[in-house]
Amino acid sequence: MTRTPVITGVGAVTPLGVGARTLHERWTAGRSGIEDGFGRASEFEPTDHLSIKEVRRSDRFTQLALAAAQEALEDAGWDGGTPGDPDRTACVIGTGIGGIGTLEGQHIVMRDQGAERISPLSIPLLMANAAAGVVAMKHDLRGQSFGTVSACAAGAHAIGTAARLIAYGDADSVVTGGSEAAITPLATAAFAKMDALSDSGISRPFDRRRDGFVMGEGAGILVLEEEEAAKERGARILGYVRGYASTSDAHHLTAPEPSGRGAAKAIELALKDADVSADDIVYVNAHGTSTPLNDRSETNAIKVALGEERASQVPVSSTKSAIGHLLGAAGAVEAIATLLALRDRIAPPTLNYEEPDDGLDLDYVPNEARPLQNGDARALGISNAFGFGGHNAVLCLEAS
Amino acid sequence: MSTTATRQEIEQRVFKALEEFGAEPDQISPDAEFEALDVDSLDLVELAQIVEEEYGVQLKGEDMEGVKTVGQAVDLVMSKLP
Repeated sequence: MTRTPVITGVGAVTPLGVGARTLHERWTAGRSGIEDGFGRASEFEPTDHLSIKEVRRSDRFTQLALAAAQEALEDAGWDGGTPGDPDRTACVIGTGIGGIGTLEGQHIVMRDQGAERISPLSIPLLMANAAAGVVAMKHDLRGQSFGTVSACAAGAHAIGTAARLIAYGDADSVVTGGSEAAITPLATAAFAKMDALSDSGISRPFDRRRDGFVMGEGAGILVLEEEEAAKERGARILGYVRGYASTSDAHHLTAPEPSGRGAAKAIELALKDADVSADDIVYVNAHGTSTPLNDRSETNAIKVALGEERASQVPVSSTKSAIGHLLGAAGAVEAIATLLALRDRIAPPTLNYEEPDDGLDLDYVPNEARPLQNGDARALGISNAFGFGGHNAVLCLEAS
Repeated sequence: MSTTATRQEIEQRVFKALEEFGAEPDQISPDAEFEALDVDSLDLVELAQIVEEEYGVQLKGEDMEGVKTVGQAVDLVMSKLP
């Protein structure tokens, strides 16, 4: 018997504000959450969402995850607790770096005041699995819970893994997504030192003038449930995780393989997993980082995976043009953005796209959202996420 | 660092710390048990760091064993004042 993972709730905290639908509406309207070269989740006030104790006992990346999870669970109608057996409810949340703000702060304490003054909360706050653990604890999710760590693919890996937990029968529902809060002095300086960050502070994926990514922070959380169980309890079904695949470039520590070989393979396998063809895909939510290398290799990958003809027809846009790069949260936030775009049958825009680059000739939906021309066809899209280390993760989503 | 801290001063400082830890202010009293205040062993390590820094009192893990109420913690600090 096939066990299908359906999406019943979404929540997000992003540079465009608090709320998954806020993200979708503001991005679709062409608004940007990037200010002064950073995509900060500046509308997020921790104590609006969390108790003093929760705030004190969590790094910012966990705080963001807790707030997004709260929204997602309410959206799924889980206000009264998990609808099914808590033992069969899992929690998988990815992050690129984890609690690096805590790590940096405590290192300063150690240097200036000595080891005796280090907070006993240091490790539980900074560990990369903290968001998964704390969200599970807060909502009494007693099935599997762990973090996924694959740099900027972590959020997509989490969702893909969550979908598999349901399909395999390990869980009946999963709270899943990604979270990141790495706009810290060390992380910012380190990304800058490797020439990954934009000097101009402008996120303009696929544009000829793109010069690196803009750092962002935030979290995206989804509630996945097994379809029959969801229907039985009368849940509203937002959409489906139809396919998922993951590959490795096995090429370079940070640079994507130029031909997009690994990324293309991941797209192909995700379509195969979803049992759909390239012609069925009506929207591509690109990884689109605004780095010279990614946007070129990703364009290649989309052409290889979908075929030149389909690739030239399907709208391809980058959420990062509006919020920057949310690293380990990106794959999850963008999966949510993809789902909500598909639900509204709209392709949100790639902001700041003005000057085409040689060979980057897909339909990037420049600057203005556009209705999807899918007619009566299924609302199927893919969301790409690629990470340092050569990790490629692709989700194939369908809106109901 | 003070060697003339009064019991009241220490109690007020401990109360303030517990409030920062997230305990409900109107539930904090000398008789309140840490467990009821949702203050756990990790919080108590931080409390020990605070009293060490402010009063020069060194508390080890075994000193805290058997300490269940806020008042007992204050007693402990008082007994160890340098």
